[in-house]
Amino acid sequence: MNNLQSLSLYWPELILTITVLVTIIADLFYSPKESGRTAVWVLGGLLLTYVAIRVQDSTIVTTLFMENLAFDPFATFFKTLIIIATVLVIFISQRTSELTNYRTGEYYALLAIMVFGMFLMVSAIDLIMVYLAIEIVSISSFILAGYLRGDLRSNEAALKYVIYGAFSSGIMLFGLSIVFGLAGSTKFFAIQEAMWNLEGSANFAFTLATVFILAGFGYKISAVPFHFWTPDVYEGSPTSITAYLSVAPKAAGFALIIRFFNQVFGDGGSFMDPSLTTYTELPWPQLLAALAVVTMTLGNLVAMQQNNIKRMLAYSSIAHAGYMLMVLPTLSSQGVYAVMIYLVMYMFMNLGAFFVVIYVKSQGGGESFDDFRGLGWKMPIVGIVMTIFMLSLTGIPPTAGFIGKFYLFAAIINAGPQMYWLAIIGALNSVISLYYYMRVVKVMFFEGETSETVLIPPIPVILIFLALAIPSVVFGVYWTPIANWVSKSLVFFTQVI
Amino acid sequence: MDSLNTYLFIAAILFSLGLFGVITRRNGVAVLMGIELILNAANLNFIAFAKFGGMNMSGHIFALFVIIMAAAEAAVALAIIINMYNNFKTINVDDVQELRQ
Repeated sequence: MNNLQSLSLYWPELILTITVLVTIIADLFYSPKESGRTAVWVLGGLLLTYVAIRVQDSTIVTTLFMENLAFDPFATFFKTLIIIATVLVIFISQRTSELTNYRTGEYYALLAIMVFGMFLMVSAIDLIMVYLAIEIVSISSFILAGYLRGDLRSNEAALKYVIYGAFSSGIMLFGLSIVFGLAGSTKFFAIQEAMWNLEGSANFAFTLATVFILAGFGYKISAVPFHFWTPDVYEGSPTSITAYLSVAPKAAGFALIIRFFNQVFGDGGSFMDPSLTTYTELPWPQLLAALAVVTMTLGNLVAMQQNNIKRMLAYSSIAHAGYMLMVLPTLSSQGVYAVMIYLVMYMFMNLGAFFVVIYVKSQGGGESFDDFRGLGWKMPIVGIVMTIFMLSLTGIPPTAGFIGKFYLFAAIINAGPQMYWLAIIGALNSVISLYYYMRVVKVMFFEGETSETVLIPPIPVILIFLALAIPSVVFGVYWTPIANWVSKSLVFFTQVI
Repeated sequence: MDSLNTYLFIAAILFSLGLFGVITRRNGVAVLMGIELILNAANLNFIAFAKFGGMNMSGHIFALFVIIMAAAEAAVALAIIINMYNNFKTINVDDVQELRQ
């Protein structure tokens, strides 16, 4: 579609842009104490964006702005997911004690800018757009990670984030420049077409470029060996931002990876052909499988040794990225289906676990295992929901995490016997993860003294807990709505050559 | 001399220098300079490919966008380093060791 026609399908992003501007301007009129009210503007804008997404004709599959962005149900799925995650994080941010001494107007405006960047990430089909989208998301998250200006740990998190982030996007950019040189175009489909006709002598350059690009993508989803930033940034950032970083940009990163590998290295079909073959001589399914194994194993093994729950959750989120990476080498639409379901389940349980950490800290507690001793008796409701989230993260039935893992493993088993080893390693990793997730439960209920006074959280906090805990349980029993939603969304814009 | 290979060669050298700088330098600002070298190496690649490959304008446009994003990134990174100097009284990235038990 040309630029003018594209605008009619670009309403959600336009509304988001206006939201950002309105939020920044509205913040000028608030005193520092009232600055948090900008959250209302952002929430309103996100609601309008959601409505705009819903009223669009979801059957349209096309490209926008001269083949820069794809408009398809796949992108719409991720946009909806990102909006839900952002709304939850905004509510969570209201309850955190870390932000009380800071002006929070920019905080919410930056969240909205990140949403915009992630919208571009999930629909980009042009290398320029890929780079721009990743940078928009990264730069705003650098600022958010260092939002607590007076806090040394937040400073350090931002510093490490900005150095690793800029470094890996620089490496990715160099890879992109080589791909551009080999293909002669920045459009995914033109690149794919050029790959058909690539001479054998160019294979080395192309392999190199792919590895460089993988570095950039791997950084976004914190896959080993590009994960070094994750534990420090997750530990040092404001916890609400940690929760956000572990869910939304990760989902957008997976959308980008799936689209990129599907359309540049795949056969241009929409993952519908189970016998997808690649025509480059790259062993990239094996490459991704190796990456997945290292990612989940390292994530789980290091998570076991942590004493800080926030840091433990950071390593656990690395492990979860590994589980999701595991199915990408199967190259099947079932694999993508499983990743999408997993991302929905993962969003609720992971945000929930971080919200418990936020709430405990705001009540004068801390982030280490010692601070959680006897918590189940002091704050029974918090203890119970934390147990639900931990069970769900482990993947024990009947929780949402189990259904997510079930689909992942089913996709791998269905891919054929050559993938069984991957499933076995994945299952072993789930067992390892049981140890450190259950350690939280053990510390909460079986250590420390039982207390006589029982602390019941205020109603808004209980509501947020319910909003996160109910899906974590209900989707483990009745996940048909999610499954239907995902299967309807499994349509890519493709150009079969 | 006036061939694509020369430009690619120079870009590769710039890239390697940038990589080396990021890995060896301990001064926050010097690390950023290394990153800028990497970005400019990529830029050089884009422009060279666009000029010699007989391609359309997208190479030039890509380079322009990279310059803009590099400026934005440098602004944020420098702000973070200034903030770090205010709190830690150093810009040596190795001296910042609050996290990690």
